[in-house]
Amino acid sequence: MAKNSGSRPALRYKSAEVAVALIIMAFSALIAVESLRIGARWTADGPQTGYFPLYIALILGAACAVNLVLALRMKPRANRTFVQVGQLKLVLAVLVPAAVFVGVISWTGLYLAAVLFVAFFMHRLGNYPWWKAAAASVATGVVLFLVFEVWFLVPLPKGPIERALGVG
Amino acid sequence: MDEIQSLLQGFAVALTLKNLLFMFVGIVLGVVIGVLPGLGGANGVAILLPLTFTLAQTPGGTTTAIILLSCIYWGALFGGAITSILFNIPGEPWSVATTFDGYPMAQQGRAGEALTASFTASFFGALVAVILITFLSPIIAEFALAFGPPEFFAVYLLTFCAFIGMSKEPPFKTLAAMMLGFALASVGTDTVTGTLRFNFGSMLLLNGFNFLVAVIGLFGIGEILLSLEEGLAFRGARARIDPRVVWQTWKALPRYWATAIRSAAIGCFMGVVPGGATPASFMSYGMAQRFSPDGDKFGTGKVEGVVAPEVANNAAGTSALLPMLTLGVPGSPTAAVLLGGLMIWGLQPGPLLFVEQKEFVWGLIASMYLGNLAGLIVVLTCVPLFAAILRIPFSVIAPIIIVICAIGGYTVNNAIFDVWMIVVFGVIGYAFKKLQYPLAPMVLAIVLGDQAEASFRQAMIMSQGDLSILFSKGLVGGVSALALVMLFWPLISLVVARLRGR
Repeated sequence: MAKNSGSRPALRYKSAEVAVALIIMAFSALIAVESLRIGARWTADGPQTGYFPLYIALILGAACAVNLVLALRMKPRANRTFVQVGQLKLVLAVLVPAAVFVGVISWTGLYLAAVLFVAFFMHRLGNYPWWKAAAASVATGVVLFLVFEVWFLVPLPKGPIERALGVG
Repeated sequence: MDEIQSLLQGFAVALTLKNLLFMFVGIVLGVVIGVLPGLGGANGVAILLPLTFTLAQTPGGTTTAIILLSCIYWGALFGGAITSILFNIPGEPWSVATTFDGYPMAQQGRAGEALTASFTASFFGALVAVILITFLSPIIAEFALAFGPPEFFAVYLLTFCAFIGMSKEPPFKTLAAMMLGFALASVGTDTVTGTLRFNFGSMLLLNGFNFLVAVIGLFGIGEILLSLEEGLAFRGARARIDPRVVWQTWKALPRYWATAIRSAAIGCFMGVVPGGATPASFMSYGMAQRFSPDGDKFGTGKVEGVVAPEVANNAAGTSALLPMLTLGVPGSPTAAVLLGGLMIWGLQPGPLLFVEQKEFVWGLIASMYLGNLAGLIVVLTCVPLFAAILRIPFSVIAPIIIVICAIGGYTVNNAIFDVWMIVVFGVIGYAFKKLQYPLAPMVLAIVLGDQAEASFRQAMIMSQGDLSILFSKGLVGGVSALALVMLFWPLISLVVARLRGR
């Protein structure tokens, strides 16, 4: 990626602050409405299930409203870059493979997914030759297997590879 | 001197070969965790907690398990300083203040001196806090035996108000993060009535959000994403500590006794009242700068500038266990994770622990003395080894840490859903860190949410829904009033400063 385009702001602080405040406010509204639905009143045997969460949701909403106002009144000078395009690309370059890694665990088992993830990461982001990445990632997988399955007896999700090797 | 007697019995419990072995394993793991970016005390302990499930079921195993986990914590407290001094990268947020003078010292070729000073200071801070725990916790526990729901709720209130008043983050963001934690804690099963709520028909949310999952995601994945942004060219100073340097530094250290004691006091206070290790380290750095005769030279590589924050953060980190053990209210995220561990092993933290699980409690307290001594020895002798870890390229270490976080999340409930939640919490952690929403109160709220709610509702049932019960009798009223003072502390200190200025 080119240097100039990489340092361009992808998002500024004001937008980020406003977005986060709005998201949390929406969440607090959801909790408040649900609290009222399941009952937030006082009955003969004490407070209902939604009694405490309703208060929590109200305080949460109010705090976010203040944060929202503070964010909107932010001085233009304080509105620095929240994240640059280049940084965001890097973060996504990790986040997306990580999500894919989690997604394939249920198909391949954790160990194979981990080996593939580490290899991919090293090869793509670390620019290692593929054989180095392969060796390091397989070693990681074997060490993880020994630590968790053999020493600490913690079973992790396994897939076809482990079954084929007779350890699943 | 009942405490001395109990403590000696505790040493007898802690001093078995197995426990000593786990102690060293814990310290070494802890330092490694403290050195690695993306792994810290809280999520390191959270990831390793599931490994102790089988261990804790053996006789005496809970003691071994807590020794392992608490030593990881001590190790992380020690280890944070290594990266701060050698690489100018704080391994832990509470080591940020250590970089101010530690890194300049390393650049001047005085890395060994800085490291020795920081480790010794850490040890001193932890020791003061452990002594405090030894003598104060039985008293507090006995006192707390008389606590009812209103008293407990008042203590929770104090904890959370202290966060708002003491943290350096914007107060409304602290409040929002905290309330978000409470809201997340309320998802799943209502612990008082047993009814389901906020699961929106989903079976996945039946058990709510596990705080371990939140901790691993917020602190682990979030931290990795942040480190990525900053670009990772680790360029560190060489580190070797030879015995002569250690000896010379030790000879010079007693000069800073006043700074050390002041910082220890600040640390203990901030740890017990959950201000946390991070503000404690900044505060004592600032105080040391103000009181020191060469305060204007701070930041250029003064030993005193390393001593002050390190004493304070270890004192705070250690004394955070005091309210956790005696009241069941943790003073820091890592203490919260340890508290969660106790609950999973079937121990109920709080005043009764000192009556029913004497052996466990005193074994733990004795292990704090031993663990910190072991920690000091390990870090002084093995610094080059730990510094070498940071020379492993980030593109190798980062995916491995992400995999380990995923495993840690999976093992909590054996659910893939939790691994997804780790990714989600990771993104939340990243955004919150950048926007100055503090993570510690959020984690504490997730841990304590159910208990805080239960004690609030029981208190309300006692008073028929009258909030004034929190300000009624002596004790409840006192704690609640203190909570309000803490909450409005920034305003109060502002007013005091104005009045003085006149």
